[in-house]
Amino acid sequence: MKPKSVAVVGAAESTNLGVIPGLSQIQLHADAALNALRDAGLSPSDIDGIATAGETPTTVAHYLGITPTWVDGTAVGGCSFMIHVRHAAAAINDGLCRTVLITHGESGKSRVGASPRPAYPASLAGQFEAPFGVMGPPTMFTIPVLRYMKTYRITEEQIAMVSVVQREWAAKNPRATFKEPITVTDVLNSRMIAYPFRILMCCLVTDGGGALILTSADRAQDLPQKPVYILGTGESVESPMISQMENFTSSRAFRVSGKKAFAEAGITHKDVDHLMIYDAFAHLPLYGLEDLGFCEPGQAAAFIVGRNTAPGGKLPLNTNGGGLSYMHSGMYGMYALQESVRQMRGVAAAQVKGAKISIAHGVGGMFAASGTIVFSNERG
Amino acid sequence: MAEGGRPLPVPTPETKHFWEGAQAGELRLQRCDDCRHTYFPPRPFCPKCASRRVSIIKSAGKAKLHSYVIHHRPVPGFTPPYAIAVVELTEGPRMMTNIVGCPQTPEALVLDMPLEVTFEKQTDQITLPLFRPTAGK
Repeated sequence: MKPKSVAVVGAAESTNLGVIPGLSQIQLHADAALNALRDAGLSPSDIDGIATAGETPTTVAHYLGITPTWVDGTAVGGCSFMIHVRHAAAAINDGLCRTVLITHGESGKSRVGASPRPAYPASLAGQFEAPFGVMGPPTMFTIPVLRYMKTYRITEEQIAMVSVVQREWAAKNPRATFKEPITVTDVLNSRMIAYPFRILMCCLVTDGGGALILTSADRAQDLPQKPVYILGTGESVESPMISQMENFTSSRAFRVSGKKAFAEAGITHKDVDHLMIYDAFAHLPLYGLEDLGFCEPGQAAAFIVGRNTAPGGKLPLNTNGGGLSYMHSGMYGMYALQESVRQMRGVAAAQVKGAKISIAHGVGGMFAASGTIVFSNERG
Repeated sequence: MAEGGRPLPVPTPETKHFWEGAQAGELRLQRCDDCRHTYFPPRPFCPKCASRRVSIIKSAGKAKLHSYVIHHRPVPGFTPPYAIAVVELTEGPRMMTNIVGCPQTPEALVLDMPLEVTFEKQTDQITLPLFRPTAGK
């Protein structure tokens, strides 16, 4: 895409995050969408492009009273929203639509009006993974990590530090679910879920929503919010089965998506002021830092233990507290994007002073998909 | 490990040979007749070169423990804690399985330990390939 030709002009999360038994999944989409429209000073009749995952774009468009000329129902898990941003930027540039609304809503905890998660016993995963006792992400996303730890001599204590540092960021965020400080010992003594993962190395399960509105950078100048420009984008997919991931120490989808986004943006790693890496589990930031090229293979744990990503460090990472401490509805990518937008607007709870470039990097499924967005708050 | 109640596969036309093989006590892989790539899971063409000229081969059933987790929560058909493992066959492909015949502990489950396939009948239609530490090791 052409860098800085498209901007985020509206961004909001659902009014509440956490446990929201009073709203169904579709209403979480709508609540966030209405908040984002108000943020952008727009109404549903201004929207002519719709993208969503979890619900169909048809459902969301009809529910909000939108008549789109462009729809995108890409649903590859939690990074779908990064990919929607990428597709929306291309669509706006190509004149397929002018103003795109991207919505997320998920009753992950309360399961009110939530989509079922069926396992198809005739699918490849149903035949070749389900019979061996897998039960959701904690038993699948986690499987590669012992190989990673053996390859790079990484300890459980080092992985626990990912959770500890992110809790430090969460403590600065009034909307974070968990704010109390934790130690490595707390993490390692917390309840074992799937060895070597304790519960404090696993993300939260909460309810919530988020929405973004994008339009051309030219039109963004006439709207109320400080525009946040799309500088570079990437996407890829790998395998729907964790057992068939090419390399257990590195995600191909991360590498492909990240490389594309950096190339489009025309930036180097030194230019990045703020980073979000989707952290469904504590090992995700390690893979992300390495596969995006911020650290050499096997060096990310030492980088985090060395407080480079902590408050005061040179590369602030997951500054909302992340999926580990902020919130995680199931498809967390939207919240990583929201925090990047807040940082670029200069309004984040734990604001990185002077930040000009932010990256939001998402994962979908269990290392199955990826999307990467590079944001800038300077048009020049 | 309790054997009742675990989810069972429904074979498709493209995977039927694999599940028939398991019933017959054979671990069946596929190999490309053109580029010689050996692969899993089953499909009637080579995922490396797209050739439709592929053959079903019998694996030697020898593998190494590639990675795993030990799950501590209840799942139908399993008694926690139990390991969910990925093994790497000597022919190259990796597959998910369970490790039987040894304690489900980090001390007993050491990465790269040698394993061999063993078959456990679930129903008249389905037998699952599981792995156990190689005898004598």
